[in-house]
Amino acid sequence: MTKWNENSVLQVERLTMRFGGLTAISELSFNAARKEITALIGPNGAGKTTVFNCITGFYKPTEGMINLRHPEGREFLLERMDDFLITRHAKVARTFQNIRLFSGMTVLENLMVAQHNTLMRASGYTVTGILGSPSYKRAEDAAIEKAKSWLYKINLINRADDPAGDLPYGDQRRLEIARAMCTDPILLCLDEPAAGLNPRESEELNKLLLGIRRDNDVAILLIEHDMSVVMGISDHIVVLDYGQKIADGTPATVRNDPAVVRAYLGVDEDEGADEVIAAVVASAVAEKPAAQVQTMTAPVKKRATKKPIPKKTTRKSMGRT
Amino acid sequence: MASSENMPTRKPYDWSAIVKDVAGSGIITFLILTPIVAIKTTLDQGALTFSSRWPLVFLLSAIVVAGRLLFHLFVWNRVETSNPAKASTPTLAIFSQIGKYIGPIMLVIALALPFIAHMFPASDKRIIDLAIYVLTYIMLGWGLNIVVGLAGLLDLGYVAFYAVGAYAYALLSTIYLPEWFGAGVVPWAFYLTFPLAGLLAATWGVILGFPVLRLRGDYLAIVTLAFGEMIRLVLVNWFTFTNGPQGIQVPKATFFGLPFKDDPNGFAAFFGIPYDRIHFYIFLYYVILALALLTYVVTNRLRRLPIGRAWEALREDEIACRALGINTTSTKLTAFAIGAMFGGFAGSFFAARQGFVSPESFVYLESAIILAIVVLGGLGSQIGIVFSAIAIMGSFELFREMSFLRAILPEGTDPIQFRMLAVGLAMVLMMRFKPRGFVSKRDPTVYLKEKKAVSADLVSQGHG
Repeated sequence: MTKWNENSVLQVERLTMRFGGLTAISELSFNAARKEITALIGPNGAGKTTVFNCITGFYKPTEGMINLRHPEGREFLLERMDDFLITRHAKVARTFQNIRLFSGMTVLENLMVAQHNTLMRASGYTVTGILGSPSYKRAEDAAIEKAKSWLYKINLINRADDPAGDLPYGDQRRLEIARAMCTDPILLCLDEPAAGLNPRESEELNKLLLGIRRDNDVAILLIEHDMSVVMGISDHIVVLDYGQKIADGTPATVRNDPAVVRAYLGVDEDEGADEVIAAVVASAVAEKPAAQVQTMTAPVKKRATKKPIPKKTTRKSMGRT
Repeated sequence: MASSENMPTRKPYDWSAIVKDVAGSGIITFLILTPIVAIKTTLDQGALTFSSRWPLVFLLSAIVVAGRLLFHLFVWNRVETSNPAKASTPTLAIFSQIGKYIGPIMLVIALALPFIAHMFPASDKRIIDLAIYVLTYIMLGWGLNIVVGLAGLLDLGYVAFYAVGAYAYALLSTIYLPEWFGAGVVPWAFYLTFPLAGLLAATWGVILGFPVLRLRGDYLAIVTLAFGEMIRLVLVNWFTFTNGPQGIQVPKATFFGLPFKDDPNGFAAFFGIPYDRIHFYIFLYYVILALALLTYVVTNRLRRLPIGRAWEALREDEIACRALGINTTSTKLTAFAIGAMFGGFAGSFFAARQGFVSPESFVYLESAIILAIVVLGGLGSQIGIVFSAIAIMGSFELFREMSFLRAILPEGTDPIQFRMLAVGLAMVLMMRFKPRGFVSKRDPTVYLKEKKAVSADLVSQGHG
């Protein structure tokens, strides 16, 4: 189903992630291609963020392979790399569901920290930098120029010297994307970039993401609940439910896929719920202990009558771990 | 007081409420003081005798009543200014104006201090000695500031690196350097051991850093606390190496090989000036001033380099740092190492100044004082640390001077015994009214148009 073609940047192959007895993702395979926006969607708790955490090295997957290929042909097996090395060498950047800016540093400083590795090399790992070498000065100027160009793109050039924590919510979201882009990624992973944005801000975000796709040689992987964003800009959609892929294709095909409609929007209690439950139970029994099955069935019943509510990220939930 | 003409500055007195409040507080004071103050026990030839001190109780209660009444009459009835921001703006503006020049002004004062002290011939040595003492703590504060203020790693064992520096100087200059290079090297020992002491302390910083990399917050603080105690206990108990609690006599610092002694080979004889002990003090003063300025300049430069920004980013959000490809392990270790290095420099200076080291100088209280200086000054703020070091160390010394306190203190007590109590109280008050220290604003390291200080509310304090 997932073929490794020459445009592919990311290839996820039979990815499985278990936490104790809970299987968050099972046997997931999909590709993301360069200069394309791949959306990863699914109801709450489907395992989307877990996929991100596996790709960016925050979790080590239980099974499976995550292969990243650079345009010039170098390949990286991400499941074997440390999280910071994935960003540094494999060039994968990410944003977080709850914004993680350096709120006490200015907007410009945030973008400078993102260029840490380039600047670190230019400063001779601090040795020549502390002696005031002109080559570091040049590198720093170049870094500031790059930060400025991103600030123009996200429309925050006038707030460059303000602390990042002072920005409105929508601006913080865009700044986090710009910060991720300052690491020169090959693959950009965005975890719910439209969460908490109003329709106008969502529209701005769409424009920004389309601009990034147009101007940069980067594959974008997107988790999103906001369907106006997902359907409006994605080239390719992967739908997850209970850690399993239930659909994969263009927005048009995914939208009309009966499995997606059933999982995502829920089904009427009297029409098809029993069928869905039976299917889930059957698949669960095959590999899980009985206790697990019971907890698996409960939310399905509930969801059959309820639409999934898009998650709202509030200031309060941004507490750090 | 006379803020405006047509607006009443005081609310009318509500006498019944005032009387109730004053009487109430008087009664409460009396009730509290009765068991504490009124009954005094004395152990007299094996027998416990009671004596009463009722006049003191009444006196103290009267003070409370009078104080409360005065507050009612003059303080609590003031009309709140309608716009507090507007009222405080002029003072803020003045402060920021002063803030621009405060650094250079203090530097000029620091450079001229021996000459200023010269104007008071009776106490010139004491003034310079106190300045050396304060500057040592400023330097230690700046060193610890790298770890605690910038990288946000709470270190309660910083004195360990101070001890490593001091003992490195002591052991190298008395035993190892003469053994390796002959006795002629001893006058130069200070200059030879100095870089080594910093290097050794930095190595210990890394050694401490490794096991604590995975720890955060309270856990990190406890491990660093234990580390500080371990170093001290090793110094006490490893008798054959460190001479245990008896300490080591070490050669004092020399002026590039010229000792500060009253003999023909000494500093004074070489320059043909009459011998005076103050030469040694002035020399030490400029050495520690140079060292402290070195610490300041290096830290300031590091902040503007990627490593310094990574430290601050680490304090703000470690996970985001990793997501940006920053190696948090090496970033933490460099913070520990560089902070420790300055501690080591200060330690070897301390040994060269005292001419004697013993484990007694490196107790936990020292770590706590250095940390208090950093916290009180404002985490991450270098100029704030100068103020808090002067305030804390200066007030310690001030208590030695306050012999008039003897008049009101109980017999047999020395005002000096109250210094920790008073400083502790001052710190509690300070933290109540200015919880983020003297200078709580953060200076950005890079800017496009104008440098705007970041308010403390946004700056994270680190999670260890």
